[in-house]
Amino acid sequence: MTDHAVTEGVDGIHGVKTFVSDLSTDQEAFKRVHWGKVMMWIFLLSDTFVFSCFLTSYMTMRSSTTIPWPNASEVFSLEMFGAPVPLLLIAIMTFILITSSGTMALAVNYGYRRDRVKTFFLMLATALLGASFVGMQAFEWTKLIEEGVRPWGNHWGAPQFGASFFMITGFHGLHVSIGVIYLLTIAIKVLKGHYEAKGNYEVVEIAGLYWHFVDLVWVFIFAFFYLW
Amino acid sequence: MTQETSKAAVESTSDQIADHGQQHPLGVYFKIWLLLFVLSACSYYVDWAGFEGFLRWFLIVTFMFLKAGFIVAVFMHMMWERMLLICAILVPPLLLLFLVGIMVLESEYTFWTRVIFFGLFEG
Repeated sequence: MTDHAVTEGVDGIHGVKTFVSDLSTDQEAFKRVHWGKVMMWIFLLSDTFVFSCFLTSYMTMRSSTTIPWPNASEVFSLEMFGAPVPLLLIAIMTFILITSSGTMALAVNYGYRRDRVKTFFLMLATALLGASFVGMQAFEWTKLIEEGVRPWGNHWGAPQFGASFFMITGFHGLHVSIGVIYLLTIAIKVLKGHYEAKGNYEVVEIAGLYWHFVDLVWVFIFAFFYLW
Repeated sequence: MTQETSKAAVESTSDQIADHGQQHPLGVYFKIWLLLFVLSACSYYVDWAGFEGFLRWFLIVTFMFLKAGFIVAVFMHMMWERMLLICAILVPPLLLLFLVGIMVLESEYTFWTRVIFFGLFEG
């Protein structure tokens, strides 16, 4: 962070200069970045558009329906000590995902320090937290299906509620599940010393980007679907 | 990046971090981690306290963008990347504002069509 701090990041006019010079060299544009990282970012950008399409169609359905939208605060409440606590499970899931993002950030850091064992255990913790998130989501789906929510209707109001809910949370849950498999694969390779030969732990950061993205999407789902 | 340059980068250890990885003090992550917890608690409180109308809308969106910003900037290391990568990734999603805009217009139209021609309004 000494000399390269001058050339990297958002630093006003210098950033603009590197922007122009990077694009005008008639060769690779993304300089001093691992190609895998650029590819992951571009994949995440496309994924952003997929999730945005879901969230935008949810917005369209919700604002065009003439039947009241079910109150998420009541639908997603859990009975605790004899009283309903609104959004309890969702809050727990949110905190679990943030915790897993933190452990992942630490794993990336220890990867670059070449601390294989710590990197492995932090990635393992991340994957386990992710798996528990999927487990809670399965519980939530079961509960709602038992209460009669279907993609084509429910007892509380607008029938589009079920379609939005299953599509959005299902696609996100799929991302978490794939992320768990992805993280475990990389974690085992790290432990086995697969990346020792090249001394390049960029793969951990790339896997981390995917994981943080999953957390990022949840931030938007939590705000738009559960809190709105 | 060619095989040659990536090898050269690995060999010179002092350049390696500047060329490849993102190495930052652990404290940064712990601070952001704590901040994300606080912001999540705040947005949960919005529901708990039962704020309604503009206040609810404003607080939810504010906390959401703050959380998203911290995750992208620090956890995903975006603030330390080169300007070109930052722009290549963060500018295209702005198009979504256009999509949201036209879909708001469309849903208004659908809503009033339903109300006027089918008399379906119940709320």
